[in-house]
Amino acid sequence: MSAPAVAAPDTTTAVLAARDLTKHFAVHSSVASASRRLGRVSKSAPVVHAVDNVSLALNAGAVTAVVGESGSGKSTVARMLARLIPPTSGDLLLHGRPVRGSQRRQLEYAKTVQMVLQDPFASLNPIHDVYYHLSRPFKVHGLARSGADLDEKIAAVLERVALSPADAYLHKYPHELSGGQRQRVAIARALAVEPRVLLADEPVSMLDVSIRLGVLNLLADLRDREHLAILYITHDIASARYLADTIVVMYAGQVVESGPAVQVTDSPAHPYTQLLLSAAPDPERDTPVTLRGAGAPPSAVAPPSGCRFRLRCPHAMAICAEQVPPAFPAGDGHASACWLLDAGPQAPAPPGRRTAVPGSNGGSTDLGGGEVMSADDA
Amino acid sequence: MNGDRILEIRGLCVDYGQGPGAVHAVTDASLTLHRGEVLGLAGESGSGKSTLALAATRLLRAPGVITGGSAHLYSEDGSVLDLLTADYGVLRVLRWSQVSLVLQSAMNALNPVMTIRTQLTDALAAHEPQTSRQERRARAAELLEMVGISSGRLTSHPHELSGGMRQRVMIAMALALRPQVVIMDEPTTALDVVTQREILEELKDLRDKFGFAIVFITHDLSLLIEIADSIAVMYAGRLVERAPANALFRAPRHPYTLGLLSSFPPLHGPRRPMTGIPGSPPDLRLLPSGCVFHPRCRFAVDRCVTDAPLLEVVGGSADRLAACWRQRGDGPVPPELAAAEPAATVWAGELTTKVPTPDERVQQGSSA
Repeated sequence: MSAPAVAAPDTTTAVLAARDLTKHFAVHSSVASASRRLGRVSKSAPVVHAVDNVSLALNAGAVTAVVGESGSGKSTVARMLARLIPPTSGDLLLHGRPVRGSQRRQLEYAKTVQMVLQDPFASLNPIHDVYYHLSRPFKVHGLARSGADLDEKIAAVLERVALSPADAYLHKYPHELSGGQRQRVAIARALAVEPRVLLADEPVSMLDVSIRLGVLNLLADLRDREHLAILYITHDIASARYLADTIVVMYAGQVVESGPAVQVTDSPAHPYTQLLLSAAPDPERDTPVTLRGAGAPPSAVAPPSGCRFRLRCPHAMAICAEQVPPAFPAGDGHASACWLLDAGPQAPAPPGRRTAVPGSNGGSTDLGGGEVMSADDA
Repeated sequence: MNGDRILEIRGLCVDYGQGPGAVHAVTDASLTLHRGEVLGLAGESGSGKSTLALAATRLLRAPGVITGGSAHLYSEDGSVLDLLTADYGVLRVLRWSQVSLVLQSAMNALNPVMTIRTQLTDALAAHEPQTSRQERRARAAELLEMVGISSGRLTSHPHELSGGMRQRVMIAMALALRPQVVIMDEPTTALDVVTQREILEELKDLRDKFGFAIVFITHDLSLLIEIADSIAVMYAGRLVERAPANALFRAPRHPYTLGLLSSFPPLHGPRRPMTGIPGSPPDLRLLPSGCVFHPRCRFAVDRCVTDAPLLEVVGGSADRLAACWRQRGDGPVPPELAAAEPAATVWAGELTTKVPTPDERVQQGSSA
């Protein structure tokens, strides 16, 4: 297991690191576009806070899982790390050096950082065969010296994703492959340029249950054998626990908790992680489910002040509305952005709050509303 | 469960297409649903679980063809009706009032240009034309409150609701006429895990309150084990195992069930390598001979290649059925498929790793 230092990711040893990555998307409301046409551009045009101040470190030979619900910004992080979209602010550090330069340098960057997408049915072109898909990276990056060399390399990369004998797959079209085989071809395509970083965005969520583990085991294998730094994005915290060395939990565009995978899932420090784990399917559960919090994620256009989870949090305190919680240490390499972990002398602890039993305090019964508040929301 | 059967499917066969090129989507499926029971139907995509449920309620569209079997619905008044031979007039009355359906994609199931109220009162007006408009509107409000949505939302259009709320509206609609059977086809698959859990908890309460039976279709076996009373596992159009949920989890009898169970990484305990199931589900047009699971089965013997096993009682307990030759005397029963029934044993080491309560967490946090 690698040693994640998450509160302040160690950007010197990481293959790829993100420092305070932020992405705001402009809201294309009719009002905003009308005022732009009239030349009245408001300085406070509404934006979607997709990702705010996310720092990550992807280490060689380690899988970092980013876990979160839909809309938490996890895919936006991956797209920024792949430089498919530019961040609003923040830096990327590749081998400790800031990544600069225009999109023209993208080809060079893509030699080191490759991405695997969620849906292998969509990411492979149905009118081309496996050979074509795998020949593209070698040609685009100028990595094959001759036709024979290209054939050899394609066969080799197929073997690396356990599609062997390669001859049986070379001239198959995507529709002739199973979902798992298709995702392996997509991974092989990413591996062709010998990247050091693999960004996998929900690589198994579209696959049948019985073949998911095969693909996860392949990623584990690539981590161990080829020492790749892998980012594994998922909404399934159980699979993150299985595969990852480090788990980063995102909520409403921010990192709320990070640490060694087993530690985060066995003793979650952030109330949101606790909520996620209390809701996750668990056949071994022997007691009725007690959901630790209720409601839905906040609006990304106007997120709440302070902690973005406070409106759903059974432990919310006055300070949660006033200040954004920094990452507090919660154990070895484990950090959680929650005021409950603040041991400082000035930490305000309103009487009764810290011993509140989760799930038992009021809250609204309008479960469907996005505006569920805890009873004493400030 | 009071043992009263409400829906009994026998020998159901469904093809897609006709003639020699037909694909056998469901082969000889038999299932019994009891009053108030949550029956989980588990399987991977293409296993025939949705087709089975749609065929049993005659909602299957062309090119789906029911080629055999029966599906008897036992009404509360004692009458029995075979849904597969009933004529459309009878079915029209019976649908929604006795058997209703919740689909995966609420966004597609709800009409985007009509308000929630219009859609909720629509079914009421069709089935209970004697009620007044006011009564129907009041009932729509009541239904919405029942699934935890404020009745102020009645005038909303579907796009104004979150995914979870839309699915709740679908559930409210399905329960509008107090049906005896609700078929739910992947009702929470598209939702986030927290929303999914909230809806499942509500569903449990509603079931306890109204006593309807649920056929819950999903690929997520780990979820079914928690919420279902009994589970039927499908593979390549065939039912391969049927058992009470806990027994299925603790002591699977079919190799495919065993493989599925070991495809879900646990949330507790030490991490260990898991394998899933080698290979991939078969193409229904090119099914293997004998037992359809044999090419992926590590317990296969010669007979599995030649003869197809039937779903039969194993181990003497009438509610445990499996379709596997290894349970029928062809070779010794592999120890993995012969775990003791859960009532008799408790697995050592289970539930040793507990998520600490938030109180414990807070204490850890403040002492840090």
